[in-house]
Amino acid sequence: MDWMYMLMPIAGVKIFWPGLIILGLGMGIIGGFFGMGGAWMITPGLNILGFPMAFAVGTDIAHMAGKSLISTLRHGKFGNVDYKLGFIMIIGTVVGMELGAQMLMWLERLGNIDLVVRLIYVALLVFITWMVFSDVQKRKAKDRAALAAGKELDKHAVGLEWHKTLHKIKIPPMVHLNVAGIYCSMWLPIFVSFLTGWLAGILGIGGGLIRMPSLIYLLGCPTHVAVGTDLFEVMISGLYGAATFTYKGRTELVAAIIMLCGAAIGAQIGTVATKYIKGYGIRIAFGWAVIGCLVSIILKLIGGWIPSVKSLCNDGATVVVLGTVTALAVVIFLGMVKGAAKEIADKKAAA
Amino acid sequence: MRKLWKTLVALPAALLALCGTALAAGGGASPVVIVSDTRDLTGILAWWSHLYNESHLQFTILTVILIPVLGMTLGLLTDLVMKNIGIDLSKRDVAEH
Repeated sequence: MDWMYMLMPIAGVKIFWPGLIILGLGMGIIGGFFGMGGAWMITPGLNILGFPMAFAVGTDIAHMAGKSLISTLRHGKFGNVDYKLGFIMIIGTVVGMELGAQMLMWLERLGNIDLVVRLIYVALLVFITWMVFSDVQKRKAKDRAALAAGKELDKHAVGLEWHKTLHKIKIPPMVHLNVAGIYCSMWLPIFVSFLTGWLAGILGIGGGLIRMPSLIYLLGCPTHVAVGTDLFEVMISGLYGAATFTYKGRTELVAAIIMLCGAAIGAQIGTVATKYIKGYGIRIAFGWAVIGCLVSIILKLIGGWIPSVKSLCNDGATVVVLGTVTALAVVIFLGMVKGAAKEIADKKAAA
Repeated sequence: MRKLWKTLVALPAALLALCGTALAAGGGASPVVIVSDTRDLTGILAWWSHLYNESHLQFTILTVILIPVLGMTLGLLTDLVMKNIGIDLSKRDVAEH
């Protein structure tokens, strides 16, 4: 079984390479489907495989650049990417992230900030979970009301309509975002991206987990466009991140390439799955991904408070994260297979 | 003229923002120098490791070119397989919010 282990030339450790491909495949599927990089899921996975943490972030970002590029192009062909919105948001994201990172360093100088950061993270994830599931409940209630009235609910109807209030802000310049179907003040996407970038900078994460729901609930993007446009942002930050981390000597290129072999295929599967799964299906699955992330962070917090259960909680957090990755990847893959089988059957029936 | 003004304002703003990120990324780097042990390596792995030890810049250029090219190639191969199966990759029919 020695052939299943490969020497990482820079890190100097032997790694179970099929594990890297499986991890890349799973994260590719999830990333292509939700439009996020998923560093919070990959890092524990790399850790389990015995990957040195000094290289984990750089290697993750390098493979992310490759998979998000192909996913963005595929989402673009499906009409899911609003490039204009993406370019506008880059300004706010970069400035916000920079401010967040500087603020984090300032807070670190004041004292131990880890607990505060984790608590902010928990509060944010609780809020996102509540937002997603209350939106789903409200839409279901609208659906039931429409059925009771003998009507059919408009397919563009949504549960939470905060974006309608935000669209009433008419500070010039106003922009038409044609792909997303939005007409709003240009300051709105800049402000939203600044806010999400700032939070991501403080929390030390890529930001896809926050940006995707913000695009839906604050800007009013259709779910598929939010996924595609968020991937565009991930692609830009991934390419920049790959360059900067590699230049600092923190990328294990061999591992990134092996992961990319799985991730590029997985990203295509995840992206094509969005073709068959409705917007609210994506929102519900995303809600469960956020719950997985939330539980893992709560376990880590408990481990920090009670030293006697620390190792148990850390192991539990890793199991939760990898369990979430596996479960979601399988569900998305099955959704894609089911949809593709129906499409092929319909084509054959029509021929 | 309006477009020109927009470009004139947007470009410096984007550059300033990117410079800020570059500085932030540079400030957070660890001073530890990592050297690859090339003694047991042969072939392409040995070449990569030597490149890493000799010049991080050249290694970065290789990475930045290799990763997108490999991602695109594998993605396009997956596309070919999916098209052969009979999946229409040109449009998305689901039009729900």
